[in-house]
Amino acid sequence: MLVLSGVLVIIVGFLIGLNPLLVVTVAGLVTGLAAGLDPIAILSAFGKAFVANRFVGIVWLVLPVIGVLEHTGLRERAQALIGRMHAATAGRLLLAYLLVRQSTAALGLTSLGGQAQMVRPLIAPMAEAAEERHGPLPEDTAHLIRAHAAAVDNIGVFFGEDIFIAIGSLLLIKAVLADNGIQVQPLDLSVWAIPTAVFAFLVHGARLMLLDRRLARCRGKQA
Amino acid sequence: MIGLESVYILTGLMFGAYALQHLFDRSNPRRWRSASFWGAYAVTFIAGSYLPDVVNGILVLAMVILAGFGGLKPGATRTSTPEQRLDGSRRFGNLLFVPALVIPAVTVIGTLALKGVIVAGRPLVDPAQVTLISLALGVLAALAVAFALLRPPVGTPLREGRRLIDAVSWAAALPQMLAALGAVFVLSGVGKVVASLVTSTVPMTSGTAAVVAYAVGMALFTIVMGNAFAAFPVMTAGVGLPLIVHQFGGNPVTMSALGMLSGFCGTLMTPMAANFNIVPVALLELPDRWAVIKVQALTGVLILAFNIVLMTYVVF
Repeated sequence: MLVLSGVLVIIVGFLIGLNPLLVVTVAGLVTGLAAGLDPIAILSAFGKAFVANRFVGIVWLVLPVIGVLEHTGLRERAQALIGRMHAATAGRLLLAYLLVRQSTAALGLTSLGGQAQMVRPLIAPMAEAAEERHGPLPEDTAHLIRAHAAAVDNIGVFFGEDIFIAIGSLLLIKAVLADNGIQVQPLDLSVWAIPTAVFAFLVHGARLMLLDRRLARCRGKQA
Repeated sequence: MIGLESVYILTGLMFGAYALQHLFDRSNPRRWRSASFWGAYAVTFIAGSYLPDVVNGILVLAMVILAGFGGLKPGATRTSTPEQRLDGSRRFGNLLFVPALVIPAVTVIGTLALKGVIVAGRPLVDPAQVTLISLALGVLAALAVAFALLRPPVGTPLREGRRLIDAVSWAAALPQMLAALGAVFVLSGVGKVVASLVTSTVPMTSGTAAVVAYAVGMALFTIVMGNAFAAFPVMTAGVGLPLIVHQFGGNPVTMSALGMLSGFCGTLMTPMAANFNIVPVALLELPDRWAVIKVQALTGVLILAFNIVLMTYVVF
């Protein structure tokens, strides 16, 4: 039970808003000590796993490209493009992206998206621009739209990728079941990802339509 | 063979360039702090594979101390003015989208095309890492296209890249830190404790109760660990297989498929899944650290409920 003290550190640390790097390090130290590891072993485990997981940092390579494009006017261009589409609203635009993200992920194309590659340079500015056609955005409205843009990217990929038979999570399921003497085919697993994918699209799509109504109400209040 | 190591060196050189820019930025009174943080991060990329684990641990600890006490400050930015950007937007039109789309296009094409390429009897790129290597190639291709089309000053990519990484700040290293915490959790046996907590607190007298415990357990465990992949083996071996499959005669295929998706619902609700939920907060410059999780939580809860209902109907 004592090893759960690290989880408690995480919860308290995140809730009171300490720097997450610090919270995570203290949580690791507390957990390791509670399990009877010595500090040098904990430090080594941290260093080893940090280096072993450098592949998640490779995505930062895209920032120089995005930077050049933003410097030259990419966001302004995205806004101009959306400004001319009169049917575009923030919610509808994000709904369209949800559909594209889910269906491409279902075909195994999970890299056709991402927070740094798609959301920051393209999706978020376009969604903001759709709402900006009705006048300048109050800051918290702009923030809400951006958070929704990030959420659509996550929900789309999570509830699309499992339909693809060669995705990591299905291979993991197959391996875990095989360890326990049960043989399954990835195709049988991927079929059962479809109902949840459809439900995720419906429920989050409905929430995006409600976002449009909420945005319209906010506009009414200001006017 | 081109492996991940060459991509790590490229990434490390980029972070090294950011560190140098901070070092020479006299307008920032805390320039040593930022330069050291990005410098240490660069060293883990370039030399991490060759350094002893404990040295890498010390570098990580240094980054934590630099960012955790007092924090990092963004450097001076000399970016374009709104007028220049509007002008660029008019001048280049939709050409501006081309380099942005080159990245995913090359990533996808590279992933599909490079997998089977054999040169002199050996694979040209490491088949296991082909997506990440293709992403790096996509970035280089996009830079080449951007220079050809837009002709920005030579220093623009690294200068603008540093402006963006300053906005992301310490959050850039958080996903790796959480993976490191996950490793300590595994060493310390946190998984087994959580699994036994779930099994001991939920009364497992019916198949439905076992399904609820398994699905909710997957979500909760994922919230704690930040990763459904860490939750799945523990919950499946601890709750799923012994109870749902062996005791109540459930179908392991539907149970596992929907169990993993229940874990993903947990991923939507936890700051531990930093690259999905915290990094975008930094990238989009949102003031509320929980902004993305707040938007996702309701969808996550509703999908989890759907999974539970569906699982009770199809698993038995």
